[in-house]
Amino acid sequence: MPEKSLKSLHLPQPQDFDAVEIIGGSDDWYQPSGSEPVDRSIRPAAPEEHLPLVDMEVDLAGVKLKNPVVVASGTFGFGREYNQFYDLGELGGICAKGLTLHRREGNPAPRIAETPMGILNSVGLQNPGVDAFIEEELPFLRQFDTKVIANISGNTPEEYGIMCEKLAEAGVDMIEVNISCPNVKAGGLAYGTRPELAAEVTREAKAPAGKGPEMVKLSRSITDETELAKAVADAGADALSLINTLRGMRIDVNTGRPILKMNTGGLSGPAVLPVAVRMVWEVACALPGMPILGMGGVSKGEDAVQLMLAGASAVAVGTALFADPYAPLTVRDGLRDIAARKGLERVSQLTGGVKPW
Amino acid sequence: MKVERKCKIVSKEWLNHDAVYMVLEVGDMVRTSWKGPGQFVHIKCGDSLLLRRPISVCSCMEDEPEDLLAIVFEVRGEGTAWLANRPVGHSVDVMGLLGNGFTMKLEGRYLLVGGGIGVPPMVGCAQYTAGKSTAIVGFRSQEKAILLPQLEENCAKVLPATDDGSLGYHGFVDALVRQELEQDKSYDAVLACGPKLMLRNVAKVAEEFGVPCQVSMEERMGCGVGACLVCACDMTDGTRKHVCKDGPVFDAKEVDWNA
Repeated sequence: MPEKSLKSLHLPQPQDFDAVEIIGGSDDWYQPSGSEPVDRSIRPAAPEEHLPLVDMEVDLAGVKLKNPVVVASGTFGFGREYNQFYDLGELGGICAKGLTLHRREGNPAPRIAETPMGILNSVGLQNPGVDAFIEEELPFLRQFDTKVIANISGNTPEEYGIMCEKLAEAGVDMIEVNISCPNVKAGGLAYGTRPELAAEVTREAKAPAGKGPEMVKLSRSITDETELAKAVADAGADALSLINTLRGMRIDVNTGRPILKMNTGGLSGPAVLPVAVRMVWEVACALPGMPILGMGGVSKGEDAVQLMLAGASAVAVGTALFADPYAPLTVRDGLRDIAARKGLERVSQLTGGVKPW
Repeated sequence: MKVERKCKIVSKEWLNHDAVYMVLEVGDMVRTSWKGPGQFVHIKCGDSLLLRRPISVCSCMEDEPEDLLAIVFEVRGEGTAWLANRPVGHSVDVMGLLGNGFTMKLEGRYLLVGGGIGVPPMVGCAQYTAGKSTAIVGFRSQEKAILLPQLEENCAKVLPATDDGSLGYHGFVDALVRQELEQDKSYDAVLACGPKLMLRNVAKVAEEFGVPCQVSMEERMGCGVGACLVCACDMTDGTRKHVCKDGPVFDAKEVDWNA
């Protein structure tokens, strides 16, 4: 055994750090004169970073968003709740809660189940109906300096047309046509999986909308989303938004019952991010130049950057709101900082920048 | 303006194997968002879980420099286990106060009915009514009984019941509510919090005696503020309201008990 035992070792003590003397120099670099002794149990703050300014404006099918961060339909109501936390004018845009021609009460509870890094929901398009939205909610949303995107679901192609007409007249900035809701039997389910039906809905919604751009929301977790995307694009869609939730199920092992009263529901949250990035990339490759609003599991700046690199012009934040009401603002600031560190002048330069192997 | 904030845990006590009593420093939360006993807070339970956990307020007070808020919760799963294991001095991310509490007259006389982990908000109700109320509280067994001393201190009378008879009345609280109302129905209202079946039975008894009844409902929740619409509660008029924003307290006559 060596002579020297652990006992004889001298571990540097905190005072040793502060008592350090620099021979032939000043120790001002180490401890500013007159300041309190430093608490070394806390990690010192990073040196202040001076990032260049980045132009955050993006163009989504002709609609100018002040920044690329939109909130996803169904996670933000009609904005009233989160306006208690911050000014809605901070957001690039708001996709309002999905509307139907008539009021719907939605599915019975439980409508939510937590899953690994995600949630399943089966709300079932509970909404006050398109007329009530135009009368009571749209004037509220219009007060803010942000773009308002109405989201619609219909039972028939004609219903989509009627709703588009009403909303175009009322003056929304964009209409998101939902053909991919997993929680309603009519509408979504049939249209979102069959290209010819999806195209019919797109045409019907396009005709009366005319003025404002029409964006079609895809993804029913079918194997090849690009076929559907092409059909919708050929039928006149001005933009695409994806992904919608992916169907899933969770079972209570004690009772043997599914948690959701509807048995299955739509999966969202960080768990779906890689699926969203892949689908946005595939659709962007298949349809170069088609504006895409990317969404699915975005909860921080880096997630948004991934979707933009994959081909999205703007991104939506949804489920992350439930963990942190300020998530869209955190995503916006994170996105800005990443773009700045990359030396970009405009955040829109990220779009489609992926360098695939 | 509503905020979420980091709140320091100033004390923590285990009331039994499952239940934790925790006091938090909550800034000006009570001063700015208190509406009545029966509201809840929405707490982030670790980074690996996406959803916050809604926990009803047991008792709260305005204080300087920070308001104080007491919660009582049971360890039911991963999230509540994480919260229960936070040491005193650590902080947790809290949104609140959320929802609407019980509608009460200051110093009114109420029949407070709690079942299991539905008992804690009844302490806040009792404190609000300055000792005039009666509490009827049910637990599975004596080991599960919580907050009895706090209720004794703030109520004119406390009647416990247990499913197994190990403490107080052997049976369910609705039988005790019936007994009490038979003797004296001059209460301003019956206020109840507990499992849905208990609430339904208590509401039925209150209606028989013509006493108004308010119930605090529970449902799996998402955002906690009324935006995501998942915590639906079926109403007698066929609509579906939301526990987080429209409730958690509803008039018992509004609730569709057959849903």
